[in-house]
Amino acid sequence: MATIFDRELGKLKEKVLIMGTMVETAIRDAVASLVERNSELARKVIEKDYKINALDVEIDEECIRLLALRQPRAGDLRFITTAMKITTDLERMGDLAEDIAERAIELNEEPMLKPYIDIPRMAEISQGMLIDALDALIKGDTNLATDVIKRDDEVDKLNLQVFNELLFFMIQDPTNVSRATRITYISKYLERIADHATNIAEMVIYLVEGKIVRHITIE
Amino acid sequence: MSVIISGELKAEVKNLNFYYGDVHALRDINLPIERRKVSALIGPSGCGKTTFLRCFNRMHDLYPHNRYEGKIILHPDNINIILPEIDPIEIRMQISMVFQKPNPFPKSIYENVAYGLRVRGINKRQLLDEKVEKSLRGAALWDEVKDRLHNLAFDLSGGQQQRLCIARALATDPRILLFDEPTSALDPTATSKIEELIVELKNEVTIIIVTHNMQQAARVSDYTAFMYLGEIIEFDKTDKIFTAPSNRLTEEYITGRFG
Repeated sequence: MATIFDRELGKLKEKVLIMGTMVETAIRDAVASLVERNSELARKVIEKDYKINALDVEIDEECIRLLALRQPRAGDLRFITTAMKITTDLERMGDLAEDIAERAIELNEEPMLKPYIDIPRMAEISQGMLIDALDALIKGDTNLATDVIKRDDEVDKLNLQVFNELLFFMIQDPTNVSRATRITYISKYLERIADHATNIAEMVIYLVEGKIVRHITIE
Repeated sequence: MSVIISGELKAEVKNLNFYYGDVHALRDINLPIERRKVSALIGPSGCGKTTFLRCFNRMHDLYPHNRYEGKIILHPDNINIILPEIDPIEIRMQISMVFQKPNPFPKSIYENVAYGLRVRGINKRQLLDEKVEKSLRGAALWDEVKDRLHNLAFDLSGGQQQRLCIARALATDPRILLFDEPTSALDPTATSKIEELIVELKNEVTIIIVTHNMQQAARVSDYTAFMYLGEIIEFDKTDKIFTAPSNRLTEEYITGRFG
């Protein structure tokens, strides 16, 4: 029979996943607002960010309450501390989605500098990393978590590629600088989103194995 | 298991088995006890932790048909303290026990502490005075009782009585101090005093504690052994046991999902 504490932990897990889904949607919509030049969608992303922030605070308060009242140990302790850290990463990802939406609105007001090819590719990988990191969290799947961590390199490479390409545009014609800089920002935001997904995956490994794998290269 | 311990050993339990008549209560126990550290024994009721603790000062000798097998080696002398030829009275001077409920003798505070020394034949007033003061200070009780040493021990509060029992145990300069759920009859304030004291005492003496209160084990001990059905299931540093135990049974027990 599930104890009261088990039910509380179940609810906490549910909230983390709801927050994860909200962040996923925010990232997807922010990138779509850029690619499809839909500023209305971008504004919706910005408006909705407060919901992610509110959930961040709510989860934090719940974790603190459980730490104080239930004095969790072992796996329970690791789950609650992991939840606290994961929501910090999710909240930052939400902010980055908001940043992408802001840059999209600015870019949508001017003619397109070039068709977006690498940016949607980066977005796809980063989002995939987030989805799989959350999936690994639900299933306690460390193989999937390890796979997420490995994919971070691809996003880093694409970010560098985008930067070099845009640098070339800026050198060619100074009137490109304002748009190219904004696109560079977006590329960097997506690269950061992948980093946060990596953090979540690392926390999943801690949750399951009790082993801290941050700042260690995974083979 | 000794890989877990880096420091000097005070005692070593090797293949210890214990029988209450036909009942096989402890099964092949192996455990290193580090010098001047606190080792906690945890586990569900009936798992054998108190039986195990009592082996250390030969309490089981009081009843016939009880039988020990294996070794409890006391260092640095390297003697097996459960051998029948080793005098249990002498062992109890060196390895003292504090029980669940405070159990002072119906004597004065002073005589309670001096008791073990008198048993040893020490009757010189000055020496007794010194030892009594030192032990009461060691048990963090001196300031509260120094003006009424000749009052009856029963006049003290429960928490004070328990500290008196600790002072009595300290008087014979034991090498190991055994605690069998020392705070289960005390209120939270008295409990926290005893816990502070246990951490303080490990500068002088090696401590083994049995406790049902897992947070207490977490607060006071350096090492924790989880016992179940007369066996040690897992032994490790306390922080490891409480953050990431290796065994599923340990995990279930300490997260309260056992059975």
